[in-house]
Amino acid sequence: VNPNVDFHAFAPEIVLTATILIVVVADLIWPERSRFMSSRIASVGVLAALIPVITLAADGANRAMFNGAYVVDNYALALKGFFLIVAYVSLLVAVDYISDGDYYQGEFYFLMLTSVLGMLIMASARDLITIFVALETITIPTFILAGWRKHDEGSNEAAIKYFLIGVLSTAVMLYGMSIIYGETRGSTKLIDIATYIDHHSMTSMFAVAIFFTIGGFAFKISAVPFHFWTPDTYEGAPTPVTAFLSVASKAGGFVALLTIVKVGFFPSQDSWEPVLWVLAAASMIYGNLVALRQTNIVRMLAYSSIAQGGFILVPLAVSGDGDAATASFQAVLIYLFIYAAMNLGAFAVVIAVARRTHSAEIDSFDGLGQSMPGLAVTMSIFLFSLAGIPPFAGWFAKFVMFRAVFAADTPSAVVLGVIAAVMSVVAFFYYAKVARAMWFHEPSPELANTPTHSITPALTVAIGIAAAVVVVIGIYPQFFARVGELAFLGT
Amino acid sequence: MDWFDDWALTLAVFIPAVGMLIVMLIPRAEEQLIKVVTLITTLITLGIGVAILADFNYDSARLQFNVKETWIDVINSNYHVGIDGISLPMLVLSMFITVLVVIYSWNHFPEPHNVKAFLALILLLEVGMNGTFVAQDLILFFIFFEIVLLPMFFMIGVWGGPNREYASIKFFLFTLFGSAMMLLSFLALFFLSDVQTFDIPALAALHGDGIVHGTQVLLFAGMFLGFAIKVPMWPFHTWLPDAHTEAPTVGSVLLAAILLKLGTYGFIRIALPILPSGAQTWAPWIGLLAVIGIIYGALGCLAQRDMKRLIAFSSVAHMGFVMLGVATLTTFGINAAVFGMVAHGLITGMLFFVAGSVQERYGTREMSRLGGMLEQMPHMGWILAFCAMASLGLPGLAGFWGEFPAILSSYDPKLPFGLWGGTDGTLWTFRTFMVVAAIGTVLAAGYLLWMLQRVAMGKVKPEFENLHVHDVHGAEWIAWSPMLILIVVLGVYPDLLFKITDPAVVKVVTEVARGVQ
Repeated sequence: VNPNVDFHAFAPEIVLTATILIVVVADLIWPERSRFMSSRIASVGVLAALIPVITLAADGANRAMFNGAYVVDNYALALKGFFLIVAYVSLLVAVDYISDGDYYQGEFYFLMLTSVLGMLIMASARDLITIFVALETITIPTFILAGWRKHDEGSNEAAIKYFLIGVLSTAVMLYGMSIIYGETRGSTKLIDIATYIDHHSMTSMFAVAIFFTIGGFAFKISAVPFHFWTPDTYEGAPTPVTAFLSVASKAGGFVALLTIVKVGFFPSQDSWEPVLWVLAAASMIYGNLVALRQTNIVRMLAYSSIAQGGFILVPLAVSGDGDAATASFQAVLIYLFIYAAMNLGAFAVVIAVARRTHSAEIDSFDGLGQSMPGLAVTMSIFLFSLAGIPPFAGWFAKFVMFRAVFAADTPSAVVLGVIAAVMSVVAFFYYAKVARAMWFHEPSPELANTPTHSITPALTVAIGIAAAVVVVIGIYPQFFARVGELAFLGT
Repeated sequence: MDWFDDWALTLAVFIPAVGMLIVMLIPRAEEQLIKVVTLITTLITLGIGVAILADFNYDSARLQFNVKETWIDVINSNYHVGIDGISLPMLVLSMFITVLVVIYSWNHFPEPHNVKAFLALILLLEVGMNGTFVAQDLILFFIFFEIVLLPMFFMIGVWGGPNREYASIKFFLFTLFGSAMMLLSFLALFFLSDVQTFDIPALAALHGDGIVHGTQVLLFAGMFLGFAIKVPMWPFHTWLPDAHTEAPTVGSVLLAAILLKLGTYGFIRIALPILPSGAQTWAPWIGLLAVIGIIYGALGCLAQRDMKRLIAFSSVAHMGFVMLGVATLTTFGINAAVFGMVAHGLITGMLFFVAGSVQERYGTREMSRLGGMLEQMPHMGWILAFCAMASLGLPGLAGFWGEFPAILSSYDPKLPFGLWGGTDGTLWTFRTFMVVAAIGTVLAAGYLLWMLQRVAMGKVKPEFENLHVHDVHGAEWIAWSPMLILIVVLGVYPDLLFKITDPAVVKVVTEVARGVQ
């Protein structure tokens, strides 16, 4: 039987796939000096894929395909739009770094876009197998991207560590999923799993399966104690790839977790809430405390992203209590949006600074306020936003997180909220460390003699977009709040 | 003037923001232009303040210049601004001090100079300060309350003294911790109150109905942390001496004159009316911490060698009087507290100005090295003497009307039942506080006169004998005389301020009283 394919619903994926193919072919037939065109094609393709997302949103109808395994609704569209914009900014962040390295340009964009394709699929996936395929499409290209600087030992180590642990987590997750498949008498669709849980009492086997599945995702979102690949991989990988990993690919993992909890496991709170609670608390505490001691900014941002991941997990961990569900899911989404803007912005500045200093030590930011005030101002905005200081967007992310906690209104939720509050104060200390280096310290003599590069146009645009989002959303959060609200309407 | 009614407060908050943006667009080398733009911005803002003063209805306790527009619909938070007799003096004080601070800075910017960044930060600070005093929505209040932190952090960290990094981060972390807890309380309040709103007047109108006593006590604790750290009350005061000592003169002045008041203002505007029965339980404890602060601050002063650090500790003591007034939950006490806030802003602000000018001329604030200022710079010396007198609460000057009624009000606080059993217990608790606070005024006279004696009197020390020092110069006269005049005017005719605050204070106390029954 031919499945009934709705091509409009698939249009974003189709446009992106076409772009991927064009990038590969163009890279083969074009002469060496035109290789930079790959990046142009990639960015145009990503933006073109946004068009059907918009038309689908304007159309407004929920579309379900393949027996409900693949769904295009508000939630999926909001996330597709988000992933494409993040992909565009990630391309802007990467393009100069990649062309300076001057090899394998086509492959880089091919791999990155493939990963983005996985994210688009993830947004629509409502079935264990589709989620698994999407997750692997996201992850496998990033294994190669992490090792993209092939003559650099750090980059190789990053790729190998990431690969081994990624494969291990996949195995654990698949094992969990297979038990669920068996327990539910053969369903992979999330809705069927939810119905099964609703009508049957929980078996310990099922609880173990849920634990394994969530554990697998915990590797992907680098939640403590499944985080230990993160700092080494982030530090060793090329910085634009790290930016992509810490934002886009991490968001992919979160979306998978969110979908699976919301649609599938939701009725059995007792089995997943404690797991997520521990992951959230451990990530916030460990990530923030270890970040305090870092001297390398990429490593610091790695621990910061572990900690931020913990903050994003907080609403998810309390979503089963009381009437917290809607507020919690919205909070996860809004936090992800805001986190993407501020973290990409911070990485863009790190890359811009490293082009001049060739260093990722926090010391290399000394006196940046004097030598490159524009970069220093935007970096301060991103850092204070990450710390959650108004009027920058980060405050609203933290706010919706706390709102979910109080909507849940159980003692365990409130305890988690207090941990989050204390840890966001701790976090300020290490974010401020970079701000202090930029503004309070004098540049070291050798640094003072390094000429200041002008920042490349692509990086300027990337930093500009991120800073605009962080400032505008900080002052007028209603826009993201509304998107978050719409995403869960009618699902 | 309908138009003015709708826009006055918004302009008061955002004109400094516009000024800041303009300053940021001017090239760094155009220092003169930057100064002029900043001065004009602050003057226009003050002009709006004066117009508000003229247009304000002093007999009404209602919110005036009230504006409510949707802001973040999804979380039911609005852009709601408005002022009453409690906010008005603070708002105008904030505008007024900002102008004077810009004038004072005119020709002496602290190292590393950078006029552009310094003035842009002052303007941003003004946005936060003015905004906090007009906000009538908890989230809006929180945003402005936090905006203040960033400019002060940079001001201390970039232009501060040798230990600036430590002081700036300590300042930030203390306040951030407090405001995080405060935000948690706000959110819990949102979900617990019947109306699910962040609107301050709407919540105050409920006077705590529907929130059980135990919860109120807990929520009050969260807000208490946020506000008490800002005030700062003993034992959360430790950031203050460090921040003041390291901050540049102008930073110290703004910190003492306005920023500390954000905390006390928060108690009066938010914590008391919204959580009356929580406030009632906490009142004796707040009173206790306040009098400990009074005595501790005074003893701290007596142990200082650095003039600026001494003034910083005296702030702890003075804010103790303010908080004692608040803790009585009487109209008398809260009126005194608001008066004390304004008076402390003017007097301690002046003292920090003088300390800064002394530091600039002698290169030290070490009191053992100073001396004979009355000989070397008679004007400066007498100004210092005048401010010291005002600060110790000499009748006829502004300081008196903050301290004396606060002490008096604790003779008979309105607390029908408190933590320590029946009426009598609480009554005698507060009467004990009264006696301790009175001893505090004696100590205040002691440390201020002692400072005056060491700095202004006696002979000039040999190391500075041949130093040519300029007495009070032009910019200083312009910046200081309005403050000195106000200290006298408010001292001679305190009703000028009491008349403004009284209706609003009566309303707050009535709301508290209703919630307590």
